[in-house]
Amino acid sequence: MDAFLSYGFLQRALLAGIFIAVACALLGVFLILRRDSMIGHGLAHITFAGVALGLFLKIIPLGIALAVAVLTALGIMKLKEKAGLYGDTAIAIFSSVGLAVGIVLATLAQSYNVDLFGYLFGDILAIEASEVWLSVALAVIVVFIVILNYHRFMYMTFDREAAKVSGVKVGRLDVLLTVLTAVTVVLGMKVVGILLVSALVVIPAAAGLQLASNFKPVLFGLFLAYSFDLPGSGTIVILSFLFFGLFFLVKRVNKVR
Amino acid sequence: MDSSAVDLKPLIDVRNISFNYGSIPVLKDVTFSINPGDFLAIIGPNGSGKTTLVKIILGLLKPSRGKVRILGQPVEEFFDWNRIGYVPQKATHIDPLFPASIKEAVAMEFHAVSSRGMRKRDKELSVARALKHVGMEDFTSRRIGSLSGGQQQRVFIARAIVNQPHILFLDEPTTGVDAETQEHFYDMLDSLNKKEGITIVMITHDIGIVNKHVNQVACLNQRLVYHGAHEDFCRSKAFKEMLAGGHHLISHRH
Repeated sequence: MDAFLSYGFLQRALLAGIFIAVACALLGVFLILRRDSMIGHGLAHITFAGVALGLFLKIIPLGIALAVAVLTALGIMKLKEKAGLYGDTAIAIFSSVGLAVGIVLATLAQSYNVDLFGYLFGDILAIEASEVWLSVALAVIVVFIVILNYHRFMYMTFDREAAKVSGVKVGRLDVLLTVLTAVTVVLGMKVVGILLVSALVVIPAAAGLQLASNFKPVLFGLFLAYSFDLPGSGTIVILSFLFFGLFFLVKRVNKVR
Repeated sequence: MDSSAVDLKPLIDVRNISFNYGSIPVLKDVTFSINPGDFLAIIGPNGSGKTTLVKIILGLLKPSRGKVRILGQPVEEFFDWNRIGYVPQKATHIDPLFPASIKEAVAMEFHAVSSRGMRKRDKELSVARALKHVGMEDFTSRRIGSLSGGQQQRVFIARAIVNQPHILFLDEPTTGVDAETQEHFYDMLDSLNKKEGITIVMITHDIGIVNKHVNQVACLNQRLVYHGAHEDFCRSKAFKEMLAGGHHLISHRH
């Protein structure tokens, strides 16, 4: 462990990874309860288009990806409201288009190389110092906003109409949640890559929800699910799934008793 | 709540409300008022616009025409929502797996309005009082999804009254609830109305069982075909036409 922590790149990876993981999982709980688990998957594909656009224009891919993800997430939201599309249909449309646009732009940018692979599969170990602070800052902002609005998010997720009549500004909070999701997906891309970021958002949150009959233990479940998660995108996801499986079994055993 | 201090102006003023879903008319030119202390039953056949009307009153839907005022203010500008309690139509929309205890479900109402000045202890006392009022004080730690339909409805009423609202709206609150529980339920609403002074507006199919408690009836069939005292409604042309039309109204002899 001492050896592990004595290398600068590992310290940066640990720092950024922890903050990003917490942001992803906290948001993931609300996405699951809103039946919006697939939005992470869809936004990841959109983010791929954003990254490819950034590589094509030779502007910071992370920044472009952030802008594209946020705008598209808001677009999906509007499409659901105005065009009467089911949520998963809107996600499927944007997801496919995002992937297609990304492939075209990546080809034009001639970026089928280490750059793109890093974004597809995650390169937390190669995170630059400047990126660490940006990632940590954004993750802290996401966590802070979620905690500030925690009860209102809970109420509108549980009973949207009653929350609205009680004065909860559900429309504005929908927008906020959408923007936070887009930001979190882009952050998560750094840790596990575009292909697996959806898992980072959903699986630990799902594991936490297995343990909880009320809301506070959900957060403890998240903490347990994240205790050992760090090296390698695939390892993170597999470990998360193992925790989910463990908590699922614990829940079943408790029910039988 | 001190009922003698209640303002005698209408709590809710509905003027010329019309509403269409696309090109399909749902409500046509509905006008009436709800006064402090009323226990109003909104009845009518399926598809008559009852739920739509309540949603328009509460600002959940925008009417095609007409205006609603709550406590003298246009509903679009109304902000004092802790004076209004609402129990939506029964909960196919509630997630049975949602990880909230009953106490948390009721306390949600506090977090929706700005109650930062309220001490945690006072909030807990209010939640306990509301749950006791609906007979659910022994279930505080149970998960909301583990309750029966009738028990859930009680919890939602507790949530709606925890802020001691002036007026409570309920949309078919006894759907799927057994007859004995329904009796207790209406007795509880009666107590809220007569002892606590809460004005109650309830959508129901069950005109018979609320004979004892309701003082006003609004009968809706896209238009408002009757609004007035309950005793007069049973003798009215509107009531006879409704029965003759074979519309679904449950009637119990008490």
